[in-house]
Amino acid sequence: MSAATQAPPSTEALTLSGAEVVLRALKDNGVEVIFGYPGGAVLPIYDSIFQQNAIRHILVRHEQAAVHAAEGYARSTGKVGVVLVTSGPGATNAVTGLVDALMDSIPVICLTGQVPTHLIGNDAFQEADTTGITRPATKHNYLVKKSEDLSRVMHEAFYVAKSGRPGPVVIDLPKDILINKAPYREATTQSHRSYRPRTEPDAKGIREAVRLLKRAHRPIVYAGGGVINAGPEASRLLREFVRMTGMPCTNTLMGLGAFPAEDPQFLGMLGMHGTYEANLAMHGCDVMFNIGARFDDRVTGRLNAFSPGSKKIHADIDPSSINKNVAVDVPIVGDARAVLAAMIEAWKADEAPQDKSAIAAWWRQIEGWRGKDCLAYRQESKIIKPQHAVKRLYEITRELGRDTFITTEVGQHQMWAAQYFGFDKPNRWMTSGGLGTMGYGLPAAMGVQIAHPDALVIDIAGEASILMNIQEMGTLAQYRLPVKVFILNNEYMGMVRQWQELLHGGRYSESYSASLPDFVKLAESFHAVGMRAEGIDDLDRVIREMIAIDKPVIADICVAKDENCFPMIPSGAAHNEMILAPGQEGGVAGVTDEGKVLV
Amino acid sequence: MSDMKGGQRAATIAVLVENEAGVLARVIGLFSGRGYNIDSLTVAPVDETGQISRITVVTSGTDMVIEQIKAQLDRLVPVHKVSDLSIEGPHLTRELALIKVVGRGENRMEVLRLADAFRARVVDATTESFVLEMTGNGDKIDAFVALMRPIGLAEVSRTGAVAIARGPKGIME
Repeated sequence: MSAATQAPPSTEALTLSGAEVVLRALKDNGVEVIFGYPGGAVLPIYDSIFQQNAIRHILVRHEQAAVHAAEGYARSTGKVGVVLVTSGPGATNAVTGLVDALMDSIPVICLTGQVPTHLIGNDAFQEADTTGITRPATKHNYLVKKSEDLSRVMHEAFYVAKSGRPGPVVIDLPKDILINKAPYREATTQSHRSYRPRTEPDAKGIREAVRLLKRAHRPIVYAGGGVINAGPEASRLLREFVRMTGMPCTNTLMGLGAFPAEDPQFLGMLGMHGTYEANLAMHGCDVMFNIGARFDDRVTGRLNAFSPGSKKIHADIDPSSINKNVAVDVPIVGDARAVLAAMIEAWKADEAPQDKSAIAAWWRQIEGWRGKDCLAYRQESKIIKPQHAVKRLYEITRELGRDTFITTEVGQHQMWAAQYFGFDKPNRWMTSGGLGTMGYGLPAAMGVQIAHPDALVIDIAGEASILMNIQEMGTLAQYRLPVKVFILNNEYMGMVRQWQELLHGGRYSESYSASLPDFVKLAESFHAVGMRAEGIDDLDRVIREMIAIDKPVIADICVAKDENCFPMIPSGAAHNEMILAPGQEGGVAGVTDEGKVLV
Repeated sequence: MSDMKGGQRAATIAVLVENEAGVLARVIGLFSGRGYNIDSLTVAPVDETGQISRITVVTSGTDMVIEQIKAQLDRLVPVHKVSDLSIEGPHLTRELALIKVVGRGENRMEVLRLADAFRARVVDATTESFVLEMTGNGDKIDAFVALMRPIGLAEVSRTGAVAIARGPKGIME
């Protein structure tokens, strides 16, 4: 039955057990840590883990959290995050994390146990059709049915996960494959048979892009997560390009940190809860340079009113992202780093002068929009405004000069974090953008802290989201991970409540966070420190104490319950139809049923 | 999808894929998951070692959707090559059909006369039925099936279209 006996390994192959092959392949691919949860089908791998020291295993409390932790690890380091779960429920629990990584293009490898090959299809105990279930949840997946394929599949999975547009890869490992002897071969330098993503941009597209941008009167750079994924050098090149061209730059939610928030040329985030100046500049520009973003519906608003007068340049590593939602004039397929390097060269080579007076006039217009101060809020009573809580958190971490990594859950607090926390470097901001997964932030923060043991890692959370993976407090305690959970507690699923207020007549159907735990006691029961800020006078003290404590902390920040997240482009509206402030909701009353259909 | 440009068109797309487990499910899942049409789909190994299969899929959509379908297919890991035969030059499309017709007396003669006109072959016969085999493009088979219906059409089995470009150039060149 053993495949190894059917096909004798070649002389250079080393014969190990399948489980040993798995670990050896992980090690040879530079893996130092994996996040997992044991179970019957993966016991052989756990047995091998026990007998080695090269790879550290972090025991999570739920498989979904293992994937988010691997995502946090990957996003904060640029490396592949690795997950190990058992068959059946282990694999199905991981699915949300996999789709999250797929939507946000995060390189993750998820090893799933499987029942032995002879039992596949028999409804065996803890059997699930993992490759079937995860096919649309992954960039690619494998079921290893022959021992001789094992080491090749392991190496190939790393290549697939991190090359081109990164994404999650599942390797389903039947238990007999893990126990039987298997040949181990090192990764070959041979290119993949069918998958060879293009990374170097076409010179003609670059020249055309530069020609358009150089002659633009109202240009804008719209940069997304692709710049982050292309590595820190891409962010450095983006800075260089934006500065040498004098253009305004906006970032997507996924792209925050690709361009420094403090830079005067930065317009802030764009999109549904982006800044007024970023959205109006997108609406009014004459040439748009999209680098590593995908014209997501949160960004574009109503498509037929999106940036109506502009020529659009779109550089993306994934050809299927180009011309998907928005028809573009200059498509460029390539890695963001390579594209930016080529753009800088071509900009220098193109001798046409820029119309500096037009650019100056454009900036005057932008300054006018900036003058609206769309993120202004009034902290007037003793009740903490959630915006103020994030702003103070940002200011205090800056003042302390700590290298700070922020993760979030999903909802209003996430948008406030994106708006009020500034990022000057890439890989410091981990949020679930595409899938919008509540429960992402705490496990992601775990992964970040594992990768950066000395950094300050804060999960900006809501009281509803945090409960979705609260069990991971146990993991923080076990590994002494001093993650700070900063809960903006308004006792509502705030974003749901906001939409109900604005679009559903204030009928707050099931959006109240009833029967909440006492977060201070909850923290204590998980061997962490709990603290609470009930009013504005407590806020700075709690933030400073939270940061000073070298242990996991939950800081329960009681914030104004009825605050809404502004500015906002209502569903089905255009960029220039933003609502700036609560007083201005006339715009929302006009949302059509067509708009309401949109999520 | 309100801002898509142009009208609908049909596209015959050839996809060369690594012949591995689940590859067909991946292609079909892509169409269903993203809401694209499949008018027909055929698949079989086409190289000497059985390592590579050719999928011919006939679909329809606006130009933007067809371009998107091709880009989505092309980024699947086991896909070697995606070729839009309908716009890449002249090509041939063929389909095979097995058609069972039941009847007696003069109807049998009429079936054979029409079969002859359409170059369909009799591959099975009883005293009250024929199974006819025919190849051609979809329109021809549609026309023949329509003629058989009033005579005594019992059953039709069709392969869906296979297609290839005219001329000396191979798909991987």
